[in-house]
Amino acid sequence: MILDSWGRYPRTIATVLEPLDGPALRRLLQAHASEGKIIPRGAGRSYGDSALAELVMSSRFLDGFLSLDSENGIIHCGAGVSLDSVLRVVIPKQLFVPVLPGSKFVTVGGAIAADVHGKNHHIAGSFCDHIVGFNLLLSSGEAVYCSETENTELFHASCGGMGLTGIILDAKLKLQSVPGVFINRRSIVSENLASTFEILEDNNTNTYSVAWLDCLAQGESLGRSLIFLGNHASNPNFETRTRRGINVPVTTPSFLLNKYSMGLFNSSYFNLKKLLHKSDTVNYDSYFFPLDNIGNWNRLYGRDGFLQYQFVVPSETALESITEVLKKVSAAGKGSFLSVLKKFGKANKNWLSFPLEGYTLTLDFKREKSLFPLLDKLDEIVLKHSGRLYLAKDARMTESTFKQSYPNWEKFLELKKSIDPENIFGSLQSDRVGLTVENDRKENKGRKKA
Amino acid sequence: MKILIMGATSAIAKATARLYAETGAELFLIARNEVRLEELVADLDVRGAKISGHLTLDISKTAGHKKALETVLSSLEKIDLALICHGDLPDQAACENSFKVAQKAINVNGLSTISLLTIFADIFKTQGFGSIAVITSVAGDRGRQPNFVYGASKALVSTYLQGLRGALLPHGVHVIDIKPGLVDSPMTAAFEKGPLWSSPELVAKSIVKGVSKKRLVIYTPGYWRLIMMVVVSIPELIFQRLKF
Ligand SMILES: Cc1cc2nc3c(=O)[nH]c(=O)nc-3n(C[C@H](O)[C@H](O)[C@H](O)COP(=O)(O)OP(=O)(O)OC[C@H]3O[C@@H](n4cnc5c(N)ncnc54)[C@H](O)[C@@H]3O)c2cc1C
Ligand SMILES: NC(=O)c1ccc[n+]([C@@H]2O[C@H](COP(=O)([O-])OP(=O)(O)OC[C@H]3O[C@@H](n4cnc5c(N)ncnc54)[C@H](OP(=O)(O)O)[C@@H]3O)[C@@H](O)[C@H]2O)c1
Repeated sequence: MILDSWGRYPRTIATVLEPLDGPALRRLLQAHASEGKIIPRGAGRSYGDSALAELVMSSRFLDGFLSLDSENGIIHCGAGVSLDSVLRVVIPKQLFVPVLPGSKFVTVGGAIAADVHGKNHHIAGSFCDHIVGFNLLLSSGEAVYCSETENTELFHASCGGMGLTGIILDAKLKLQSVPGVFINRRSIVSENLASTFEILEDNNTNTYSVAWLDCLAQGESLGRSLIFLGNHASNPNFETRTRRGINVPVTTPSFLLNKYSMGLFNSSYFNLKKLLHKSDTVNYDSYFFPLDNIGNWNRLYGRDGFLQYQFVVPSETALESITEVLKKVSAAGKGSFLSVLKKFGKANKNWLSFPLEGYTLTLDFKREKSLFPLLDKLDEIVLKHSGRLYLAKDARMTESTFKQSYPNWEKFLELKKSIDPENIFGSLQSDRVGLTVENDRKENKGRKKA
Repeated sequence: MKILIMGATSAIAKATARLYAETGAELFLIARNEVRLEELVADLDVRGAKISGHLTLDISKTAGHKKALETVLSSLEKIDLALICHGDLPDQAACENSFKVAQKAINVNGLSTISLLTIFADIFKTQGFGSIAVITSVAGDRGRQPNFVYGASKALVSTYLQGLRGALLPHGVHVIDIKPGLVDSPMTAAFEKGPLWSSPELVAKSIVKGVSKKRLVIYTPGYWRLIMMVVVSIPELIFQRLKF
């Protein structure tokens, strides 16, 4: 079937396997290993090609809970369980997921494989910092338990390892107890980038923080933003009922989203919010997952899909490099519907994890030919400032960009060769960034290529 | 609410059981695959259900039905809802080539269900309340070339339910026939999916709603009622030439 992920670019022809349980998964792995590269896949909420390959092993039916230890706050679940399901189960026990990305529909397996971050990275680190351990199915068909203390290397390679070390079958997640699931939200308007940074720094004791940038603003107001700070309200409300969303039923023609409509969106959103009250208390659903409320919003970008460009740059030069990026984007006349700025805390020990201490900016672009040269230019800026791009969003970075910015790639490749010498696991992305092609050529001439 | 589910590991059954689990329902689960049944028991327990028992059973073997239901009753005592979900979508060409294949499908979808319904009728009559829910299919509404053996086996059950409903009415027992359209589940893994397809989770929601509102026949998603109205109204003279 024709398969793509959230950005709907790129698109590929893939055979999707949906095993009903662990034994079936092993059987399918063995039966198909010789047909091409296999990549595990969760909800397909990564944007680019990290969950695409000739063969896709879906965790759709590995979606059961194994146990919940509410006393110690540990939940054990299948890799295909969504964070939404986890929240529904743990909230009534007055527990919460310590790290939440911007969509609750991602799976636990996908959240581990991308070592996802939330609006509280500066305080809580990333998702895998709260993983007790997981069972990983290797290319040999053997399942091993990985944790900080068992199979430590494999653990640090697989957390953020984009499915390239094997298939996560089930995982144990340490939950967090919270006073309630409503969030006290404070919105602050900042008039330019320097003040955005200042406000984020000054408020870094708030549990959650995020800035929505008006990325079409220029000159004096370059980098003006709305900053949303959040803290758990002490009101002990543990309700899981969520709002009913709307859905984008069909792909809309992409001309509906052009620089003018986006400019309109960005500035009217900005002005609207400016007028609104500055503090309120909202359900966790509205605070963490505003976009989930519009089902299939990715269809708004039209048939050609879109790219999300997310990079991180170290704190020291963040103001300078992000200014440079925003100027380039603005000069190119490319709009970004959403531009989100977050502060990251310290990096963790995982080999290919994205976060490093600094600032991360996320930009969305409609896919069009002229976009790619612009993104290449942005790559240069990011590299120059010792930053890097997020694999979970990427659909186009070059091998050299990847290898320059992820210093552990060699260590990763070495381990990969020892546990998966034939590159049974690999994605379109891993081929592109040079994590699976090289030894493929040398050691694996016999295998069918796409 | 006390619920018995037959074919509990089916994708639609699983999604339905999860909705009931969230409400704290008490469940008894019967399915064929032991590994998946055990997994489901643990899952529903975490999701808030009280699991009063589970049993592995090949439902096509009707001889085991009586004993199985005795076990169910001994732990549930009364049943608010009995939901029959198991089913088999056979290869139509294989059915046409071999009666044995057709027989097997008719047995699983049709006869085994009727055996269960015979026992349920007895239990529900005695207790004087509750709902019996059976998943049939829109395929039972009209025999179409690509799946008429499956369709016939489902039609057998739908017709049976129409009569049973009346027979149980005086006893305060509710009978609901659930007719899903195209559902993306393991049963249909090999099919190319299109816009008419829906998810087991969506179907599950309408099952829960249909049961609580005591609906008699539901199409799920609802637009299948319209589609099937059109399909059924096509004159036989024309229909015989249609290959869909
Ligand atoms: C609206 C939206 C907002 C987002 N916001 C954020 C955010 O704030 N922060 C953030 O970090 N990310 C964010 N993301 C990205 C998303 O969290 C990650 O891409 C995540 O990995 C998606 O999980 P998934 O289950 O959809 O995985 P998929 O997209 O299916 O796969 C992603 C990667 O995980 C691997 N994988 C999946 N399952 C397994 C498994 N069982 N075993 C091994 N590997 C596996 C795949 O091989 C692939 O490499 C957002 C995405 C969306 C759509
Ligand atoms: N999917 C659709 O498009 C669709 C459309 C209309 C109606 N339906 C009906 O919906 C119901 C549920 O199907 P589904 O879509 O959820 O597919 P599914 O997940 O494949 O479920 C079918 C279930 O039936 C079980 N089963 C088959 N033969 C059995 C036997 N002899 N004994 C015990 N269990 C048996 C299977 O058990 P194993 O797991 O052990 O094989 C499986 O769990 C079925 O009645 C089906 O006919 C489905």
